[in-house]
Amino acid sequence: MPAIDIRALVHAYADGTQALRGVDLRVDVGEVVAIVGANGAGKSTLLKHLNGLLLAASGSVRIEGIPLTRARLPDVRRRVGYVFQDADDQLFMPTVQDDVAFGPMNLGLAASEVRARVAEALAAVGASHLALRAPYRLSGGEKRAVAIAGVLAMAPSILVLDEPSTGLDPAGRRRLIELLGRLPQTRLVATHDLGLVLQLCPRALVLHEGRVVADGAPARLFADAELLRRCQLESPYEGLKPARSRCAS
Amino acid sequence: MSRLAAALQDLRALDSLALRETALARRDPRAKLAVTLCFIVTVLSFGRYQVAALLPLALFPAVLSAQAQVPGRVLRRTLWLASPFALMVGLANPWFDRTPMLALGGIELGAGWVSFGSILLRVTLTVSATVVLLGSTGMHALCVGLSRLGVPRVFTAQLLFLQRYVHVLAEEALRISTAHRLRAAPGRRLPLSLYASLMGQLLLRAFDRAARVHQAMLARGFDGELRIVEDWRWQRADTLFVGLWCGYFALARAVDLPLALGRLITNVWA
Amino acid sequence: MHMADALLSPGTGVLMWVASCAVMSVAARRVQQRADDRMMPLMGMLGAFVFAAQMVNFSIPGTGSSGHLGGGLLLAILLGPHAAFVVVASVLTVQALFFADGGLLALGANMFNLGVLPCYLAYPLVYRPLAGRSPGPRRAAFATLLAAVLALQLGALAVVLQTVASGISSLPASAFLGLMLPIHLAIGVVEGLATAALVGFLRRARPELLDISASGMAADRRQLLLPLTLAAALTGGVLSWFASTQPDGLEWSVARVAGTALPAAPSQELHAALDGVQQRLAWLPDYALAAAAAPEPAQEHAAPAAWPEVNAVTTVAGLVGGAATFALVMLIGLFLRRRRARH
Repeated sequence: MPAIDIRALVHAYADGTQALRGVDLRVDVGEVVAIVGANGAGKSTLLKHLNGLLLAASGSVRIEGIPLTRARLPDVRRRVGYVFQDADDQLFMPTVQDDVAFGPMNLGLAASEVRARVAEALAAVGASHLALRAPYRLSGGEKRAVAIAGVLAMAPSILVLDEPSTGLDPAGRRRLIELLGRLPQTRLVATHDLGLVLQLCPRALVLHEGRVVADGAPARLFADAELLRRCQLESPYEGLKPARSRCAS
Repeated sequence: MSRLAAALQDLRALDSLALRETALARRDPRAKLAVTLCFIVTVLSFGRYQVAALLPLALFPAVLSAQAQVPGRVLRRTLWLASPFALMVGLANPWFDRTPMLALGGIELGAGWVSFGSILLRVTLTVSATVVLLGSTGMHALCVGLSRLGVPRVFTAQLLFLQRYVHVLAEEALRISTAHRLRAAPGRRLPLSLYASLMGQLLLRAFDRAARVHQAMLARGFDGELRIVEDWRWQRADTLFVGLWCGYFALARAVDLPLALGRLITNVWA
Repeated sequence: MHMADALLSPGTGVLMWVASCAVMSVAARRVQQRADDRMMPLMGMLGAFVFAAQMVNFSIPGTGSSGHLGGGLLLAILLGPHAAFVVVASVLTVQALFFADGGLLALGANMFNLGVLPCYLAYPLVYRPLAGRSPGPRRAAFATLLAAVLALQLGALAVVLQTVASGISSLPASAFLGLMLPIHLAIGVVEGLATAALVGFLRRARPELLDISASGMAADRRQLLLPLTLAAALTGGVLSWFASTQPDGLEWSVARVAGTALPAAPSQELHAALDGVQQRLAWLPDYALAAAAAPEPAQEHAAPAAWPEVNAVTTVAGLVGGAATFALVMLIGLFLRRRRARH
């Protein structure tokens, strides 16, 4: 049974814009898949269908065999952990500890079990020392780590991350890549960061105007200049010529 | 706007205090709330012309702020900012109430000055008690205590969210007003039309952010009820805490301690 | 303006707390009943917005001075009266706790003055009827301005009543009103301008956001009956308290305002009756003592008769004792700090 099974997914926004024009996607358990594409290609929209933030107007979405309908939302949300693009939207409790406990508390777990999950999740992301901090006192990387911990505490089997390396400095980005590499869950990462894709994901999907136009090994995809140009992407290997000074010397 | 920046700083200073591991932080928040309210009511129950009799009550904020390690700087700053309204109204007292009340040496002090002094003391006492309450409790603990006392969850959840996002929005507001100041003619204030669009943008962003937070809450299983971890159990130390302090307040209220002390000293001298 | 602890007596403070708590339980229940889980983050965010907006000044057209948003009326327009009251109460609570704005006892009074009055009086009785479902910009602005001015005038009146009923301040009611009302007229205009400007912006940019309050105002009038009745009953209570403790003051200011004096006989009966009620309700003997001994504004200041005799010995002992107590308290505090610091 695939972890994620999407068939012919179509989505249009309220103002009529076609965001997804028939997407097929199959992800097996344990895979790490990147979803790349220009802004407006439909990455976030696709991701939001994975935990029911958006419900399929036409087409089907199955998570671990469970069809994604309104009735089954709680089941699906227990299995799919969603990490948002802006960590400030996700860390909505006054302290790190409270925030990571939010998910387990909603699962109805006992207080001792909640505490154990919180400790475990914070340790997994290397943020145990931040337990009593308020979110506004965290750096971008720390916020990202805590957001991931908040999701891990619910013991999901699938992780969905929306632009996780945005706003991270090189050290933070390095730690993120290492962390994501260590985790056992099935991972789906929507990102512009092609370097991250190369280091982390053995498989990448290219979205363009609501359709999947390529699906395969990133190294091969990013060598296809024509594909990159058509999808308004830039190769991670190019553009590294240092700027030359224009001053008359 | 420096007012905004200063407010942000104050919020953060007090917030971080509450996280320190002190004996006071371990007290049940209900106990601290009860004692603080009892304290404030006692202070305010004194007659308007009583000044010295209020002084023994200063022991409460003094002891507690030491126990909670509230820096004197924080206390002084809050006192400085506190209740200009009360002080302004209080200053009217010496003007309107000129009955001579105290005669010292050759100087006569009007009753209005005495009641003004009483107001000053009340401000000091009530403000320091409030700061200490917060400095030793923190918003999470306070909200847990409040819900256990029967305050509706709608309100305590609101306090938690407000406190969380006040920093985010205040920072955005600061950025907006700084960006404006950098491009405006020096000294020019924000005209109403510009205010509408700048703050209007902030308001729109607030709506959008609230929608995103809502989605993040749903994604982690939110079903309309906010559940918070409740770590406190009422202990014997809490009963002792409440009993001793309230007993002291009752004593200070019933007996004019400074007068008694003063009589003792003057008798010993004489 | 925020009411302060230092000017409140326990009786008045507790009364206002009871009033505000009663309204809060109604408001919280109504918000809960809406069963809209978007409200929780939205209320928190808008509360944070109001908090931040209160610190951003704009220049008032025509004058040289500046003002800022209060937020009660804006919140009522955006969220409906019940949610708005909860938000206002939360902002005031944070201000009282973190900025010592007002104080914990005065919080009840402030929730009433700045929450109940704009959300349950000005908004439904002035703004809603005038503005209707979807008003044009001019009508909306007018309704907003009027509602804001009324809300603030009522708030000012409430503060004066609460202060005078407490008897800590010697400021006579008439002088106080004479200062507060005009000032709050200006503040009300500022509030109306800021609120109208923001609502107007929202209406142009994203009009659908203004429908959130509409959806919550389902059985409008009936839902408001309970909080309004509570508010009216308790305001009436405060007024009668005021009348009973400052009968001559009230008479004097009414006489001043109306240009005529109240007839003597009915007022004496009223005073006697209210006095009886007040004696029975008196919280603490000292309170009654202080209030009864409050000097009358227009007459010669007679020495307060019911006080213990002020003689020299007591005064000296009192001062010495006061100084000694002060020193003792300081020493204990310092000692404890040193001990903590060492550990």
